[in-house]
Amino acid sequence: MYNFNYHCPSSLQEAESLYAKSEDPMFLAGGHTLLPTMKQRLNAPTDLIDLAGLTELAGISREGDVLQIGAYTRHADVAASELVQAAIPALAKLARGIGDTQVRNRGTIGGSVANNDPAADYPAALLGLGATVVTTKRAVPADEFFVDMFETVLEEGEIITAVTFPVKGDAEYIKFANPASRYATVGVFINRHNDGVRVAITGAASSVFRCSEYEAALSSSFAESALNGITLRTDNFNEDLHASVDYRAHLCAVIAKRVIASMV
Amino acid sequence: MSIPISMTVNGKQVSKSCPANRTLGQFIREDLGLTGTHVGCDTSQCGACTVHLNGDAVKACTVLAVQAEGAEVTTIEGIGTKDDLHPMQTAFRACHGLQCGFCTPGMIMTGIDLVNTASRDNVELGEAEIREGLKGNYCRCTGYQNIVRAVATAAQQMED
Amino acid sequence: MVAKNIGEPVLRKEDARFITGKGNYTDDINLRGQAHAFFVRAPVARAMITSLDCSAAEAADGVVAVLTGAQVAEDGLGSLPCGWMVLSKDGSEMKQPPHPPLAADRINYSGEPFAVVIADTLQQARDAAELVEVEFDELDAVVSVADAQSGPQIHPEVPDNTNYDWELGERDETLKAIENAHHVTRLSLVNNRLIPNAIEPRAAIGDYNSGTDEITLYTTSQNPHLARLVLTAFVQLAPEHKLRIIAPDVGGGFGSKIFIYSEETVVAWAARKLDLPIKWTADRSESFLTDAHGRDHVSEAELAMDENGNFLALRVKTLANMGAYLSTFASAVPTYLYGTLLAGQYKTPNVYVEVQAVMTNTAPVDAYRGAGRPEATYLLERIVEIAAQEMNMDPAELRRKNFIQPEDFPYQTPVALEYDIGDYEASLDKALAMADYAGFSARREASVAEGKLRGIGFSCYIEACGLAPSQVAGSLGAGVGLWESGEVRVNPTGSVTVMTGSHSHGQGHETTFAQLVASQLGISIDDVEVIHGDTGKMDFGMGTYGSRSLSVGGSALMKAADKIVAKGKKIAGHLMDAKSEDIDFDDGEFKVRESNLSKTFQEIAFAAYVPHDYPLEELEPGLTEKAFYDPANFTYPAGTHICEVEIDPDTGVTSVVKFTAVDDFGTIINPMIVEGQVHGGIAQGIGQAMLEHGIYDETGQLQTGSFMDYCMPRADDLPNFDVGMTTTVCTHNPVGAKGCGEAGAIGSPPAVINAITNALGVREIDMPATPLNVWQTLQNATHEDARGE
Repeated sequence: MYNFNYHCPSSLQEAESLYAKSEDPMFLAGGHTLLPTMKQRLNAPTDLIDLAGLTELAGISREGDVLQIGAYTRHADVAASELVQAAIPALAKLARGIGDTQVRNRGTIGGSVANNDPAADYPAALLGLGATVVTTKRAVPADEFFVDMFETVLEEGEIITAVTFPVKGDAEYIKFANPASRYATVGVFINRHNDGVRVAITGAASSVFRCSEYEAALSSSFAESALNGITLRTDNFNEDLHASVDYRAHLCAVIAKRVIASMV
Repeated sequence: MSIPISMTVNGKQVSKSCPANRTLGQFIREDLGLTGTHVGCDTSQCGACTVHLNGDAVKACTVLAVQAEGAEVTTIEGIGTKDDLHPMQTAFRACHGLQCGFCTPGMIMTGIDLVNTASRDNVELGEAEIREGLKGNYCRCTGYQNIVRAVATAAQQMED
Repeated sequence: MVAKNIGEPVLRKEDARFITGKGNYTDDINLRGQAHAFFVRAPVARAMITSLDCSAAEAADGVVAVLTGAQVAEDGLGSLPCGWMVLSKDGSEMKQPPHPPLAADRINYSGEPFAVVIADTLQQARDAAELVEVEFDELDAVVSVADAQSGPQIHPEVPDNTNYDWELGERDETLKAIENAHHVTRLSLVNNRLIPNAIEPRAAIGDYNSGTDEITLYTTSQNPHLARLVLTAFVQLAPEHKLRIIAPDVGGGFGSKIFIYSEETVVAWAARKLDLPIKWTADRSESFLTDAHGRDHVSEAELAMDENGNFLALRVKTLANMGAYLSTFASAVPTYLYGTLLAGQYKTPNVYVEVQAVMTNTAPVDAYRGAGRPEATYLLERIVEIAAQEMNMDPAELRRKNFIQPEDFPYQTPVALEYDIGDYEASLDKALAMADYAGFSARREASVAEGKLRGIGFSCYIEACGLAPSQVAGSLGAGVGLWESGEVRVNPTGSVTVMTGSHSHGQGHETTFAQLVASQLGISIDDVEVIHGDTGKMDFGMGTYGSRSLSVGGSALMKAADKIVAKGKKIAGHLMDAKSEDIDFDDGEFKVRESNLSKTFQEIAFAAYVPHDYPLEELEPGLTEKAFYDPANFTYPAGTHICEVEIDPDTGVTSVVKFTAVDDFGTIINPMIVEGQVHGGIAQGIGQAMLEHGIYDETGQLQTGSFMDYCMPRADDLPNFDVGMTTTVCTHNPVGAKGCGEAGAIGSPPAVINAITNALGVREIDMPATPLNVWQTLQNATHEDARGE
């Protein structure tokens, strides 16, 4: 790891101003993506601005039908939260399946969402549940937040402060993990509610996406059979040592059906 | 950039100065000379470096020393002594849960976290849960069977 | 602890330090004033170095020196040799390219070191390494084994990139038998490349004392004396008596820490050159790139049978990938540790094997847990399984029918080995019972009812362990003897210090050897301290690999302990006024036969060191004995592994639902440790069969260069294993032991793959049977069925 200037601001304002003043800064949350890449010298910020001191970013609350999770809330805390378990059990389950014990004790929802790893779990929940990403500058619907591989609409110096999830209907998430990395080869999040069905798929393509074909089919008939015969467009699907494009496409249907089966 | 840091390690207050880019693992091993915490990979997977940070198992290779400012850190050297072993240490020996010993400190630290967390959340810690809970710790020697048995055995003793 | 403890599951003595974080691994050692080494490695697989400028790096903060391949050559450091000469069919010697510790002008694999930066801190060394200016003229890399012989020549010394073209067995008889057979099963198969990944990365610290002109090298070695021999006699690093190698606690080896690598060589050389302690510890990324990999064979085989399924002949042709250089033992692995095992447990009268070793622009390939024997077992047990399908016979019964029978021993195989003893049917029967083979079809139906596929697979393996009778090994090309040494030092108070040339890096020798010696001497194992891994402490040793420690190292210790007892009897006879022939030694007491006179072991020890009443004219004082043990034959552990899998056809995910291993390891000293060794071996075997694969792309870049892509078995990938034993005692070593370290990795891969092909209803699937591979195989099978209809 190259050396850098370390800052641990105690307010969002201070964090933003440090960012503005630094030559090539990066924000540090749980660090479980950033620090390994820095160790391998693939990332070399001049300044690392640690968000750990911003107590306002941690914590989980619910007001009516809105569940709010602070950006610096660790996966382990989401997984263990009775509030989350009661409001959106699928979200707690998803958090419990991220990485491993130690990763969940450090990794945060804000860090994961900001990174938008195409194989990360949280983006599927945000998109599947129609969450809103709240930042220091604005509130962005998840549908608009994720742009492409490791890319979001976040601007320079913009900090995610919380994610808000509407509590409606029921939901489920199942991940088919890459055997080596245990990231999602395909992860399917389905949320069924009065207004319809949302289906978000992570791992399969260059970024998490809503699967409109599945959503349309499931909105008219929420059954595994509704997915039969649907062919997904796979032009931006990922291919790696552990999964071909065809395999991923196949897994999307298999995993989606398992999600449906567990919900009906 | 060198930064003064203080933390509590195995119950002792430690104050030192270290560069920002020093990991907690390097700090523990090199600055404090506590070499029981091992480093087995550079991609945050093998878990040999697992320590407790404010009571939670974390990979010390993926935490900066400066991030542990003010924290309570516990390493393998801090959980028991030769004459007063932690039940997890006793169980690893009793169940032959180690061979070369390199992954063992990390395994033990994760095992303790698993038992504590399960007990806090009041969830069952069966074989499947232990195997799943240990997926952030690699062992190349044992095939895990005896490690799983050790964690289960210790869990019983820690409850009693 | 009672004295009689052979066969007892004694808890391990060494655990006390490992569970408290007090182990002492190489990277835990820091010498006053040490500098740190960072190796500058080639980012390309094959290239000429056209220019190398280290001046900016040398000028960087904290840098002590930047050393290059040119300086290695100037200092006359020799090539890292391969220690086993293999002759080709035509009698010619194998072609061995030079292997400089640092590449001077040519790069032959990605990750090969060509310079080293020594600096005050590791950070400074790594920073400065980025300032080394190097230009490469990149050349086309040779990567795949299959294309190696037709690719561009990598080394001028190795035409056709072929080190040797070796054969074993009767060619003409074998071909004739195949031609005339009732049925011939044919199979092409690949043995996938593996990356060892001991959890402790390799590390080395060189230390030089200019006053004594002695180099001390701390390193992660399975065989410090062998390393010293190679580094002094061949690499010319220092005179042998001026190099001390200490291999302290070592965090797993699995073969990968046998070999003499560039880094420890360079660190020791640089320590003397710069008169400075120098430390290097590999990153995991470096381990992936440069630890010697394992396996990587492509083979074709034919098995001929008569109409009753009796094996008539086996023919095998194998291409073995050696990588870019011939590593320390590499040449022996696909020949004497492979071809010689192709008779397996069967009385196949004719076996003929040809092996061509080829070079590629990949990391060197050498012994990895099992070394040659897993490759032989995989080939044989796969083709036997397919033969059973083709002959429409039960796979267990086809094996049984062809087993060498207990009355056939000693049994001379057609491929050089003479098996001393075994009872293969006993292992098979016990395994069938433990695995509930009879209940399999009901379990399969239950799986099918849930939309799953279920399969069962067998593997009846044999291995040659206890390396090795030195004269046999020598006649086959070994550059060293393969005995072991042991020393039993009885201290004046009667406690015992044991020195062994074996090396423990997880095997638990401190306990097993203590049990062995304590039992021989009738003392408590708490009074026995086992010391290993330091050329400054013990005479010599050949180290630990090939499941040899107990059968060879343990035998040496038993002989040394026997000498202690013999001398003790003489002392006791003197003290009790009896003839030494009339002294019995039992349970720690020297007793005069048919009398009530006795002396304890401790009394005799004291008398030996305080010889006031002592036959000094006949007997030297002191009570220390040494023994060197050279085995008369290899040992032949054997057994049956049965794997049962359930496959989710929708995803290709395969679960090992039951794994049974029944092994015959001869005499067992500590069953707890033995079972642990079996577990670990099976885990690596399942890893090979289902998860692990070292893959290079066509330019020679390692694609599986981290745990993100190389799939290591985790706790939730594996089931519990059912381990059972049968016993036939090894006939030719005093312990009666055969060795247990590699059996799991040797026996399990074909059992797993046979179970998977059985479940899928297909003939073949390559390792590793990942979900993608299994799913793809099912797709292909379905398409073929559709076409067939």
